[in-house]
Formats: sequence, structure tokens, C-alpha cells
Amino acid sequence: MSKAKKKQSRLIFRSVVLLLLAAAIIFSIVSKDKVKVLAVGDKAPDFELVDIDGNKHRLSDYKGKGVFLNFWGTWCPPCKREMPDMEEQYKAFKDKGVHVLSVNSGESNLKVETFRDQYGLSFPIVIDKTKDIRELYNIQPLPTTFLIDKDGRIQKIIITEMTRDEIISYMESIQP
Amino acid sequence: MSKIVKCQCGHDNPFGIVLCERCGRPMTEEAKNSDVVDMRYEGSARRSQTYKRSIIDKIWNFFSSVKIGVSIIVAVLATSAIGTLFPQKFYVPVREEDMLDYYERLYGFIGTLYYKLGFYDMYNSWWFKILIGMLGTSIIIASVDRVIPLYKSLKKQRTKRHTSFMKRQRVYGLGPSENPDLALTNAAEKLKEMKYNVKTEDGAILAEKGRFSRWGPYVNHTGLIIFLFGILLRGIPGFYVDETMWIREGELRSIPGAPEFYLKSKDFSIEYYTKEEADEVFGAALDRVGTIVKNYQTDVTLYKKKENLLPGSTDMDLVKDYSIIVNKPLKFEGYSIFQMDYRLNELKSMTMQLVEKKTGKSFGEFTIDLDDPKGVYELNDGAQVNLIGYYADYAGVENGEPVSKSPIPNNPAFIFDMKTPDKPKGEKSFVAIRQTLETEENVYAVKFVSADTRDISGLTIRKDKTLYILLLGGLIFMIGVCQGSFWNHRRIWVQKGEGEELLVAAHTNKNWFTLKKELDEVKDFAKLPSYEDRRDNESIEQEEGEK
Repeated sequence: MSKAKKKQSRLIFRSVVLLLLAAAIIFSIVSKDKVKVLAVGDKAPDFELVDIDGNKHRLSDYKGKGVFLNFWGTWCPPCKREMPDMEEQYKAFKDKGVHVLSVNSGESNLKVETFRDQYGLSFPIVIDKTKDIRELYNIQPLPTTFLIDKDGRIQKIIITEMTRDEIISYMESIQP
Repeated sequence: MSKIVKCQCGHDNPFGIVLCERCGRPMTEEAKNSDVVDMRYEGSARRSQTYKRSIIDKIWNFFSSVKIGVSIIVAVLATSAIGTLFPQKFYVPVREEDMLDYYERLYGFIGTLYYKLGFYDMYNSWWFKILIGMLGTSIIIASVDRVIPLYKSLKKQRTKRHTSFMKRQRVYGLGPSENPDLALTNAAEKLKEMKYNVKTEDGAILAEKGRFSRWGPYVNHTGLIIFLFGILLRGIPGFYVDETMWIREGELRSIPGAPEFYLKSKDFSIEYYTKEEADEVFGAALDRVGTIVKNYQTDVTLYKKKENLLPGSTDMDLVKDYSIIVNKPLKFEGYSIFQMDYRLNELKSMTMQLVEKKTGKSFGEFTIDLDDPKGVYELNDGAQVNLIGYYADYAGVENGEPVSKSPIPNNPAFIFDMKTPDKPKGEKSFVAIRQTLETEENVYAVKFVSADTRDISGLTIRKDKTLYILLLGGLIFMIGVCQGSFWNHRRIWVQKGEGEELLVAAHTNKNWFTLKKELDEVKDFAKLPSYEDRRDNESIEQEEGEK
């Protein structure tokens, strides 16, 4: 092998090894030890839950529409505070192709029903009895809201309470 | 372009060579001037020491340095030690937002610093991972850079070495011999007998033993790299799961970390040793501490969701019934579910009765399932109780409304609407534990009768596909350690010098005592000239003592 060739192959070998090692380090930093954590841009996993009235709801039923997916519990004060605004904007955006689907964290039907009547909520409320969807979406604090666009991709994940103006701008952002 | 260093013997050596690969002549000024040469890596050129350097070569050289490697190890050790000073995030029972307060409150200023510098979640921090990654990089590059030239120079080494090489060995002797040829033949014979690998060439002998011990460190490093690779795999979904779950008796819930699978807890139980059955073994201990647990057990049913169904649908197949006890986990598809913890006696249901306050006349009892309360409870004589408000974990009244601080029935409270034949419009009453509030004086009241409780099991879900990789890494690591520590690479050179002279030199990577012992045997048998060990402190001290 000529010297120039030898030098070139050495450079390639070293570059490849260093690149692989750098990739391994970056991978270890980026990857979480969690099973799978959803991120913005991922496809929102489909699910099927039953609401208080016994109707089945699938996320994929809303294909082609924006979905405002809200996780909540009756005991959580910020969840309660944002409900009236969500209801109001649900009505305003329903015909513009943005749907609200709210997922209660496994509480009793009576509790959810009472809550719905108290706040006069008209959007569908499904109950995650086995906490399956909670695992699937890796929900930590309540409320958590996923904004899902018409292609079923996650646009934004909100883990705080939302104001009325924020809700409006979020709904506009996923309007098809 | 790498520069070539030509030796007098005609061999072309790579740049950075210390001793000629072929004849062993010293090639650097330093080596020429020293009495005893450094035989580490056989005086070969470390591959990184190339003549002209690009940026890639510079990075490569950085990691190739043993000094850098040792510095990284020290840094890893130091930071790992610091990480054990205060509890890590995982063991701190507060939420992320309150973390700083927690460290500040418990450990003062140092705690704050500890938090701010990221030591509170150190083993997951990016800089710790980079440090470990750099350690791995250093191990790989430093090994590659040394093992290849070492292998080559050991393979290329000539039997006959130049006198200057012999002279610079730690164990060296020169002396006249009556019959050099006979001495060489005898030495070769004796060395063979001593299980040396003997080569002869033109009045020279090279006897070698245990060369493979020189690969020990590199085998060991390979093991380490496999180990680190296994750890890295844990980041890939599906390779490693370590989750916990709390499950109540009667509850059916999805298993964290094991999608598609659901667990139902049928019963949790604790058994204690009784005095009768355990008297012989534990009798004294039982007298001392009172009770000793015999068994913790959770009876469960494992379900799997039917195929092609969406998450959330509850159409599932029963997989198996199992009783999880300590060290006997429920196993399925690579997962193991262990019994880890428990909590006893959480409220499950409460039984109440409706009574007329004045007479104490009862309309019957009703039971509220605290997980799934009903809206209406029909009682005798046309009476009924409507549950119009339920607060599982009652925590006072806010803005005129009772609030529950969690969905867990730690402190249940109810608002009842009591409808009786003589009060058909109903009377409202707020009932909490040891507390009843009425807007107006009521005729009827809901009274507490009894409560049912249930237990909660704390389970851990584990899956580790990397375990065998880690085991393999550890095994190879250990083989490398044994290889490098229990065997030594010994070499003995004997060759004819000028006239009737014989030269003797020997080298080993460790355990010089045994080398000299073996050399003594050969010397006595073949009548070789005597040698001296120029680094032997003991003999130097002795000599000085004699003087």
C-alpha cells in the first residue's frame, strides 16, 4: 500500500470510530430510560375509551380534524378552572374542525357525571379506568393537554393550566 | 505522510519507534543514553504518534493518551463519590418543583449548590454520560493504539538481537565461555524442558513463555466495552424496564412499562409466624420482637389485550392466575413482577343507615362503594338517599364548595339528599368522618355503621434484556484480569558475542523473582555467564551494606 493511501485509510478508520463513539454518547444522553416518551411531531397513538353514557370514542374518529386532548381529574383545581373556557371554545371551534376530547383519570362515573353537570360540559368525556392511556401518553401532572393536528401528529404538549386566550390560540393552531 | 526511521540493520521502522522492531537497537537519543530501556509496548511506535496531524488525528491522540485516560477515571470516581453525598432525585419524596427547597432545607447552602450543579440527578445528567462516554472512547482508542503495534513487534521480533539491545535489558550478563556452542545447545534443551518456546538462529537463542498474558489488559478492556455497550442498550425501548405500580385489591389496571398487559389484584395478604409452628427456630426471636412476617403475597390475574385492539379497549384474554410472593415474581414475556411493598386498610366502602333523629328509627342500611358510588340508594318504606356530592379526600371548603385533594378515599365526605315519606322534598346533609353539617335542623340523618377496607400491593416491574450482555462483559473482563495477573510474559536471550563470549539477557512484564530463579537454573545447567539485575533494590542495598 502506498503511503498516501495508507494515510487516507487511517483517516477514514479514525473518523468512523470517533463518529460511532460520538453517536453512542449522544444516543445515551438523548434516550430516556422510560419506555417511550411522546414528543412533539410524533404520531399521537390511537386509543378507544368509553364515555359516561357508554359510547365508544376513538381518537382516529377525529381524523382530518384538530383534536384538543385534555387529561384531567375532578380533584385537581387547575383542571376545574380551565373547564369553563374549554367548554366555551369547544362550542366556538366545533364547526371549524377542532374537537375537544377530555380524558378523566379513572374516576367513578358518578363523580364525572356530577362534575359534567355542575360545569355544563358538552364535549365528550371518556374515563381511563385502567389508566392505560395515562401510561401510553406518559401523563405526569394534571392537567396535561395534547394538541393534535389534522394528520394525527402532536403539535404541542401543555403541562400547565391554560388561560382563555391560550386556549383560543391553541385551538387556532390546530385548525385544519 | 508518515516518516520512516531506518535502522542500521536495514529495517524500516515507523515514526515514533524507540527500539528497532527487528534487531532491538535503540532508535531514540533517550534510549541510546539510558542503561536500561523501557520495554513497555516493546519500544514500539504507538500508532497515534504519526508524523503529520489532521484534526481527527489530534482528537485520536488525545484519547490515546494514558494520562488523559487516568484523568477521566479520576474524574468519574470523584463525581460518582460526590453523587452519593446527598440522596439522588429518585429517592427524594417531593415533586420536581419543590426539589430545590428540599435540598436547601435539609442541607443548607451546600444542598443548594448540589442541586444547582446538577448532582441531585447526576447519573442521568448529560455531563456524567459524556464523562462515561469519554472513558469508553479512551479505553477503545488507547487499546487499539497499543495492542496492534505490540502484536506486530512481538511477531516480528528476531531471535538474534543487537548487542546494544541486550546491554540495555534489566537482567544482563556478559562473560567468557569455554564452549559457547555447547552452552547454547544445553541452554536450549534446559529451556525447552522448562516449557519455554525456544527459537535458535545463528548462534542465538530466544526462549519465550506466556506471551498471551500480554493480551490480558486488552481482553479486559474488551469486556469493559461490552459492558458499557450493554448499558447503552438499556436506552433503547424494549430492552430495559424498571417501573413500580400500586394496585388495590379488586383493581384492574394496565402494567406500567408492559403495554398490552393488565393486572388485577384479587387479594393481598401478610402471614405471621405463630408461636406454635415456629417455636423451635424463632421462639426466642418472637418473644423479643413480637411478630415476624412469614409471607407477603399478592394474588393476581394477568390479562392480555386481544390482538389488533386499540389501547383503552377492555376486551382482554386471561393469561394466568398467580400468587406473587417475595422472590417468586410473576413472569411473562421477559417481564418479572415482584412483590415489593404494601399498604394496609385503605377505605373501600362505607355502610350507612338513614335514621329518624328523634326516635332512632332506621330505614335500613346502604353501602357506598368508594370507588364507584351510586347516585341513588333505595331504602325501606319508600325512603331513599341521593348522593349528590362525593369528596374522596376531603380537604375543607373552598369558594363555598367542598374540595377533594386527591381521588384516593383517605377522608371521604358526602352530601346526601334524604327523601322520606314525610319529607318528600328532601333534606340535605353534609357528612364527613366525625362531622355532620346541616343547612337547617334536619329530622333525619345518615349515620355511619361500618367500613370495609382493602389492601394495596406495591409491585415492581422489571425487564432486562441486557443482563446477558452485562454478564458476558463481566466474564470477559475477568478472563482478561486472570490472563494478565496469573501468567507472565518471560523472555530469555542467549547469544554469542565477540570471540568466546556469551551474552545473556532476560525480560518479564512482572514477577522478576521467578524469572531470575528460572534463569539461574539454566545458567547452572548450561554454564552461562553470571548476570546482574540492575533494578533490584535488594541486591543494591545488600551490596551497599557489604561495603
